Amino acid sequence: MMARLLAALVAFALSVAAPAAAPFDYRLKPEKIADDTWVLIGSTEDITRGNGGNIVNTAFVVTKEGVVVIDSGPSRRYGEQMRAAIARVTDKPVVRVFNTHHHPDHFLGNQAYADVPIAALPATRAGERDDGGAFADNMYRMAGDWASGTEPQVAQQDVKPGRLTVGGHEFELIALEGHTAGDLAILDHRTGVLFAGDLVFLDRAPTTPHASVQRWLKSLDALAALGAKKTLPGHGPVHAGSAGIEQTRDWLKWLDQTLMQSAANGLDMAEVMRLPLPERFERMPLARSEFERSVTHLYGAYELRALDSVALPVLQQK
Amino acid sequence: MKKVIAALGLALALAGTVQAADADPLNSSRWPDLQREYLNDAPVAFDPRIEVLAPKVAEDSMNVPVTVRLKGLPDVKRVLVIADFNPIVKVLDFQPLLAQPGLSFRIKLQQASPIRALVQTGDGNWLAGGVWVDAAGGGCTAPSTGRSAPDWAQKLNQVQGRVWRDGQNQRVRLRIMHPMDTGLAPGIPAFFIEQLAIVDDKGDAMLKLETFEPLSENPVFSFDLPDTGAVALRVVGRDNNGNRIDAKVQP
Repeated sequence: MMARLLAALVAFALSVAAPAAAPFDYRLKPEKIADDTWVLIGSTEDITRGNGGNIVNTAFVVTKEGVVVIDSGPSRRYGEQMRAAIARVTDKPVVRVFNTHHHPDHFLGNQAYADVPIAALPATRAGERDDGGAFADNMYRMAGDWASGTEPQVAQQDVKPGRLTVGGHEFELIALEGHTAGDLAILDHRTGVLFAGDLVFLDRAPTTPHASVQRWLKSLDALAALGAKKTLPGHGPVHAGSAGIEQTRDWLKWLDQTLMQSAANGLDMAEVMRLPLPERFERMPLARSEFERSVTHLYGAYELRALDSVALPVLQQK
Repeated sequence: MKKVIAALGLALALAGTVQAADADPLNSSRWPDLQREYLNDAPVAFDPRIEVLAPKVAEDSMNVPVTVRLKGLPDVKRVLVIADFNPIVKVLDFQPLLAQPGLSFRIKLQQASPIRALVQTGDGNWLAGGVWVDAAGGGCTAPSTGRSAPDWAQKLNQVQGRVWRDGQNQRVRLRIMHPMDTGLAPGIPAFFIEQLAIVDDKGDAMLKLETFEPLSENPVFSFDLPDTGAVALRVVGRDNNGNRIDAKVQP
């Protein structure tokens, strides 16, 4: 009886352990969205032990001179598997990597490209240096062993804004800000594809841990003026037209208004977090949790402006 | 011997029922100790009328917003707020007096923890409500950020405040400049506001509270009071170094 029970338990343990013991395969399948242009679309979830942090879009462009990679993903494993996926598409070597900004899901795969020049805006490089360690720890906390062995590898080169031609592709490197202090957008003039990084989200609520809403809105105007044929947002589906820009702008304006009004009405943070979402955002993935996070990131500044009437001290203190 | 065993069995069964009645809905291993330490093992009823609003995940472990909301609970004398797994458990001890028994504030969290409001009513009974907050943590052992500013000592205990009146009630929001050092960051002793009250123009307290180290730096509070018209409210208090807080908040 006891032996049987044990055997059953062992069998159960093995059956549970088997999928977890699989070699952490992100199952990356490059999708071709334009000439020479491939993307890896992540889920629109939060980072979990189930998805290993694959919640992000990355891309690569296969030029005559070699492959240009845009963002390296959330972990060392992702970077390695992305590089293997690239090798399944082309024999050409990876010649250059760009990090669009310093958030962990976009650059913690850099280790897989240690032999390739990695470039980012100066503010992005500074962010990778200052926050990278904490980001890697937190990725491990959220994604578990998917992230083991992941260390921040800081981009070695500054991006110089302007045109850069690689193997017949004329890339416009556009230095913007607002989602973070340094947001690189890349327009490929050859294909009309805009790699927008996290300045653009579509059907996934935008994140704001290092955001300046006003600067972000200005950057969206600059992106809209490009008139790109196709846009790869940092999170969400590839799309033609400006749906991502419009939706991100709509969210940010609503967020700004909501926080301003809440502060003017005297609400406290935890109360603001409970406010109803507008119908158009109710079913957007992560709308509630990103709104809660944004209240923590941003409300303090709105609140301080509303508390402008400094009370008069009636007693001088030593 | 059989009798003893039967008695033991009965005792165990009884203990089982008592425990079931008091079972902690937050299922925290700390709760029995905390109940002993802070409530002297008084029975506690977990009551859905006590709502603790806080984010599921602490995005910033130095500033976790908390609102205690008490709906339809009469005669509240005391609201004690604790965080089970914080190195310093007690957050604040609030006596609403004339104010509504709910309030809002922010705390530092060292790790994932329940945050609880223990509420004592006029008949001496204790009720409780609470919520788990997940956290990357470290909020209690980091030095306060304001200390690096050269003028922090000049701003100490300055109060910013604003009042929203609607004829019946007034909401008072306060921000008090204070590092609220926990004493857990190396070389920085505990330095925090200990007492706070809002008093009317005659000097009578409308609400008072004792505050402790886990409250966030430059703490922000929201209180709801009966509308007192155009009379300025006074905020008084002191920190554990004897520095006074004394400010008027103009309606």
